Amino acid sequence: MPGVRKAMTQRMEVEVVGRRTFLLGAGASLAVAAFLANLPALAQEPVRSIDEALKKVLGDAKPAESGITLEVPEIAENGNTVPFTLSVDSPMTEASHVKALHIFAAGNPQVGVASYIFTPASGKAAVSSRMRLARTQDVVAVAALSDGKFLIGRREVKVTIGGCGG
Amino acid sequence: MSAAKPRIRVPEKAKVGEVIEIKTLVQHVMETGNRKTADGKVVPRNIINTFTASFNGTEFFKADVAPGISANPYLAFFMKVPGPGEFEFTWLDDAGVKISQKTPLAIG
Repeated sequence: MPGVRKAMTQRMEVEVVGRRTFLLGAGASLAVAAFLANLPALAQEPVRSIDEALKKVLGDAKPAESGITLEVPEIAENGNTVPFTLSVDSPMTEASHVKALHIFAAGNPQVGVASYIFTPASGKAAVSSRMRLARTQDVVAVAALSDGKFLIGRREVKVTIGGCGG
Repeated sequence: MSAAKPRIRVPEKAKVGEVIEIKTLVQHVMETGNRKTADGKVVPRNIINTFTASFNGTEFFKADVAPGISANPYLAFFMKVPGPGEFEFTWLDDAGVKISQKTPLAIG
């Protein structure tokens, strides 16, 4: 592929490399993971689609479409660091608490962001962090409750500069 | 390779039964495994994959982290204060590097 239309060629190469890098990266991370003694369940295997990710978390359960507060900016100028706050109003007692909050970036090459595990000693089912968003996409949050039920929420974030490093 | 000391903010004093916020920040590249260097080599994934927070030896919060979390990860969460004691926060990355930090909590 000689560089007559160099700019365009480069652009295409970046895309091809991006995909291959991702696959190699996934392989490498599995190799690394194999050496680790305590393999944390969900977040470690590269998951490529939001459907696959939700299936792993929900199984066949039908989540309620309310109850999760997902605070994200409407427009993120820098996709490398997008702040988010995730919370569920819960008494956090032994009988009724949030067991886990999962957050996914539906349009990232790897959709996993993080899974947070709570106990009644957490006092409050809320967490704040910062995520990478490769492009404009839906951010999806799932809460797993102690009674076996699930909640789901999603918000679109418009991203000006993507944040997955090439 | 030694890691920078994490930054942790907890209240100086709290009341028993109070729900307090804990803020943490640690320096880490959080390499996704998606990137390649100029000479075409894959930069292997190295992220902090697990964070745990314990109080007096009991784990009360944990994060399983995927590559979607930004570099130098910030994390804020809560705890219901059972009494005086000591926090222990632990970050573990793909390379097996473990960062641990202890912080006391007084009642008052």
